[in-house]
Amino acid sequence: MSEDQILLKVEFGGGLELLFSNEKKHALTLPARVPADNSTSPAPSEKETKPLDIAYLIHWLRDHRLKERAELFMENDTVRPGILVLINDTDWELEGEGGYEIKDRDEIVFISTLHGG
Amino acid sequence: MPRLCALCSTQRPILKRPKTGQQICKDCFFYVFETEVHNTILEAKLFQPGDRVAIGASGGKDSTVLAHVMKTLNDRYDYGLELFLLSIDEGITGYRDDSLETVKQNQKEYNLPLKILSYNEFYGWTMDSIVEEVGRRNNCTFCGVFRRQALDRGAAMLGVDHIVTGHNADDVAETVLMNIMRGDIARLGRCTAICTQGEDTIKRSKPFKYTYEKEIVMYAYFKRLTYFSTECIYSPDAYRGHARSFLKMLEAARPSAIIDIIYSGEACEVGEEATKELKERKTCKRCGYIASNDLCKACTLLEGLERGMGNAGITDRGRKQLEASGPTPDGLRTIPFFQMNASTPTDATSSVTTSGQGSGARISPVVDVSAG
Ligand code: SF4
Ligand SMILES: [Zn+2]
Ligand SMILES: [Zn+2]
Repeated sequence: MSEDQILLKVEFGGGLELLFSNEKKHALTLPARVPADNSTSPAPSEKETKPLDIAYLIHWLRDHRLKERAELFMENDTVRPGILVLINDTDWELEGEGGYEIKDRDEIVFISTLHGG
Repeated sequence: MPRLCALCSTQRPILKRPKTGQQICKDCFFYVFETEVHNTILEAKLFQPGDRVAIGASGGKDSTVLAHVMKTLNDRYDYGLELFLLSIDEGITGYRDDSLETVKQNQKEYNLPLKILSYNEFYGWTMDSIVEEVGRRNNCTFCGVFRRQALDRGAAMLGVDHIVTGHNADDVAETVLMNIMRGDIARLGRCTAICTQGEDTIKRSKPFKYTYEKEIVMYAYFKRLTYFSTECIYSPDAYRGHARSFLKMLEAARPSAIIDIIYSGEACEVGEEATKELKERKTCKRCGYIASNDLCKACTLLEGLERGMGNAGITDRGRKQLEASGPTPDGLRTIPFFQMNASTPTDATSSVTTSGQGSGARISPVVDVSAG
């Protein structure tokens, strides 16, 4: 694996997978450095960059994997309240939330608490 | 230095508790989650040894976790309860039929007897056919009224003393908010009660009253419990949906908001004046169930459906229109007669008989007790 790519696994649960073509598991390869403004379309190289983090991943998933109803996944530049995020089986609230810098082979899980009862 | 669990100071924390902000490890999380429910049960004196208790099971996260925790606590603390799973099949294609599969799986995992009661067998209507008749505006009113009565009757058939449901702290807080917004003062205090019991209804309680939804979902995740998480296809309750999003926004800003709202609801002393609004209880002339008019809500709704005036049962005005449009025709489909606590648990099913009223009472409740 080259130094400038990061391999990661993403999993959706709690009904959230329905927004992502009903696929629970996604294996991704993303650049280690990404645009600081979280824009996910191919960007001019002079753009300011930052290490790949959860905030960028959320934008990337919305732009490249989400199939419908983006408002059920994102709100105000982050996940919608009521969606839990786990980073390697730890609550993202303990890991710096959106600012967590993703490492090679990390596993990120998104679970909706809003579906069903 | 690595962070350590706030409770045991030895393991790595995996969760930040919304209620307290504490960072705790997986083992401590399971322990405090279960123990808090246990304490809630003890403080409210919910059970007596020997009680027969039905868990209202939908296959969703809350009732799946509730079944797991009830079974765990009953074994760990020797409650001496006889537990059952009770499910209602509303007849919603592609939704309830799938979630009932989850319930059947739970039944095997926990080795609990399961009974499924369907709207179709009981009322002669499925939610699919009701929506076809009344459209998608008031369907949840029908569903809620029918479910409530079906659960009570299912419980009577099982001969249980008590139904526990998976309503969690978020659900209770949401209901408090909605009652405030409606100005429904009488319900405001009552909706926070952990246990509701009229003289003639089966006791119902919410052991998860103080349990955050976030922790229920985390518990299911870390215990690898499988649950069903698809939205009902007829779920149109936009108002409730907004109340929920609002609550989740408050929680994001200050996690204690949920428990604070519940405390506020509890603190609302309901004066005589406000409670008077709630009508006094009667017994339904047609089916024997509790009612505030001559007919219970379910019989009124059912008569509206049967007479092709689907929405007549929804409002008082609609009910009067129904009454004004002539007497109830003969041969109308009705609900079997209901007698509470009329028999011993062993012949519980015989306590539900076919109503003599209305010769067209061809629906008899069907029991699907698959003992584990
Ligand atoms: S959303 Fe409405 S119709 Fe669907 S199960 Fe709930 S109450 Fe019934
Ligand atoms: Zn610990
Ligand atoms: Zn009735």
